[in-house]
Amino acid sequence: MITRRQEEHSIKEKNRVRTMPRIQRTCAAILRNLVRAAALLTGGVLVFLVGYILIKGIPHLNWDLFAWEYNSTNVSLMPALINTLLMVLISVLISLPLGVGAAIYLVEYTGKGNKLVGLIRLTAETLTGIPSIVYGLFGMLFFVNWVNWKLSLLSGACTLAIMVLPTIMRTTEEALKSVPDSFREGSFGLGAGRLRTVFKIVLPSAVPGILAGVILAIGRIVGESAALIYTAGTVAEVPASLLDSARTLSVHMYVLSSEGLYINQTYATAVVLLVIVVGINTLSAFLARKISNKSIG
Amino acid sequence: MMKKKNFAKLKEGLAKILFLIAACVSILAVVLICLFLFANGIPAIGEVGLFKFLTGEVWRPGNDIYGILPMIVGSLYITAGAILFGVPIGILTAIYLSRFASRPVARLLNPAVELLAGIPSVVYGFFGLVVIVPVLGSSILTASILLGIMILPTIITVSKSALDAVPQHYYEGALALGATHERSVFKIMFPAARSGVMAAVVLGIGRAIGETMAVMMVAGNQPRITGNIFEGIRTLTTNIVLEMGYATDLHREVLIATALVLFVFILIINLSFSALKRRSEKV
Repeated sequence: MITRRQEEHSIKEKNRVRTMPRIQRTCAAILRNLVRAAALLTGGVLVFLVGYILIKGIPHLNWDLFAWEYNSTNVSLMPALINTLLMVLISVLISLPLGVGAAIYLVEYTGKGNKLVGLIRLTAETLTGIPSIVYGLFGMLFFVNWVNWKLSLLSGACTLAIMVLPTIMRTTEEALKSVPDSFREGSFGLGAGRLRTVFKIVLPSAVPGILAGVILAIGRIVGESAALIYTAGTVAEVPASLLDSARTLSVHMYVLSSEGLYINQTYATAVVLLVIVVGINTLSAFLARKISNKSIG
Repeated sequence: MMKKKNFAKLKEGLAKILFLIAACVSILAVVLICLFLFANGIPAIGEVGLFKFLTGEVWRPGNDIYGILPMIVGSLYITAGAILFGVPIGILTAIYLSRFASRPVARLLNPAVELLAGIPSVVYGFFGLVVIVPVLGSSILTASILLGIMILPTIITVSKSALDAVPQHYYEGALALGATHERSVFKIMFPAARSGVMAAVVLGIGRAIGETMAVMMVAGNQPRITGNIFEGIRTLTTNIVLEMGYATDLHREVLIATALVLFVFILIINLSFSALKRRSEKV
């Protein structure tokens, strides 16, 4: 079978052989090299950025950085790492049921053209576009001051849960929509109610898609700093309770780099952050491949 | 038997209500965000005076002088700069990925773009601080270059999906008329994907104007109006983070009002994005 790309390639070759005005040929060559240069630049920037951080950071990775205690002589990133895990866990725990529930309502319970559905879509889109600093400020005004949770893990997690809610909603919606209607009809035909159909038939088939959304959300939570500084605060300890302040790894890295005293440790922290991000990306790419394989098979 | 059926009905109804509540959380969130920003920001704007607040050129919280024009101009400067650097490279890369790249190259470059999108903004900021700042200083130019890199993945993925959505027979038609591969892509495919590409640019603008941490680490943060791209400036976003930590009373409320201005900007950008998206879907 000839793929589209191969076909295009053979056409390109034929074009090149075919005699055509020189000006047209140079024009084509210029455009071709222009797009190549742009792609090379994009790839080059990534390689340079990641390479630079790795080369500068890896020599400074040592066990002291992973000590249990953070203090001014040893700026350990361990508490921040644990806080990041806690933050991810709590935010996802809050956001996942809400996002999945909302998606189920949108896909399984409503028809097209419903006014409420339009409003829900519009607000979800609005939430997607709001910058993280505005979330941070809202979290500070609402969770920290009004609900009076103070600077705490819980305030931060709730703020981030709202921030990633549209991501989880959208990916779950896509996943639910990709489940064939014949599955639902078969289930209804066997006498199952709507609720049972959703939980026993539709949701299990949509799990990889939902997981991909959750991983995307985790990536955002791990990388977030602006929304956390004034909601979760910057205390570099593992919190004793949900209502204690806790800095995550990204916030930790920001504090280190703005203090400017621990440049080597900052590089090393950046390496750890990059490794986590690459891991998350690989996982989501793996899941995406699994989904596309399934839809073909 | 009857009882069981009623119970099932009750369960169904209850579930539907629960799902409905979950779906309404996003509405609630937007309402709460608006409510808290407006309720805390409007009184400050009233006290300073809307005109003085938006067009005042001096920001001196110590003397109770609050003009945020320097920050508005700063945000516009570095957003424009980011667009200048990021958009051409992003669109050309998208064209390359969509129509030029061989399969192995695309398989390498696509995950690279995704990774670029996943890198936390503090890491970008730190990279800018240790690599670009020593050369160009903490300046408009530095922030623009860094933001240009940061919006690349947004521009690339959205424009690429717009290009991929153009029907293949457009391309084939152009070839049949004797156009080269390059000419067909640039003269036929690209114009057909125009509104999708515009949506990508608008989304990029939204990203750039809302970015905080990375900008704060490289932009210098001086609240002044300057035309010199080698001088530092302050943006709306960084103004909030820089001073929120110690601000009290009116100063604090003015900072929230700054966020309100940013929020209104973002709402306008969002609306134009969804309008563009709807138009590109219609085509």
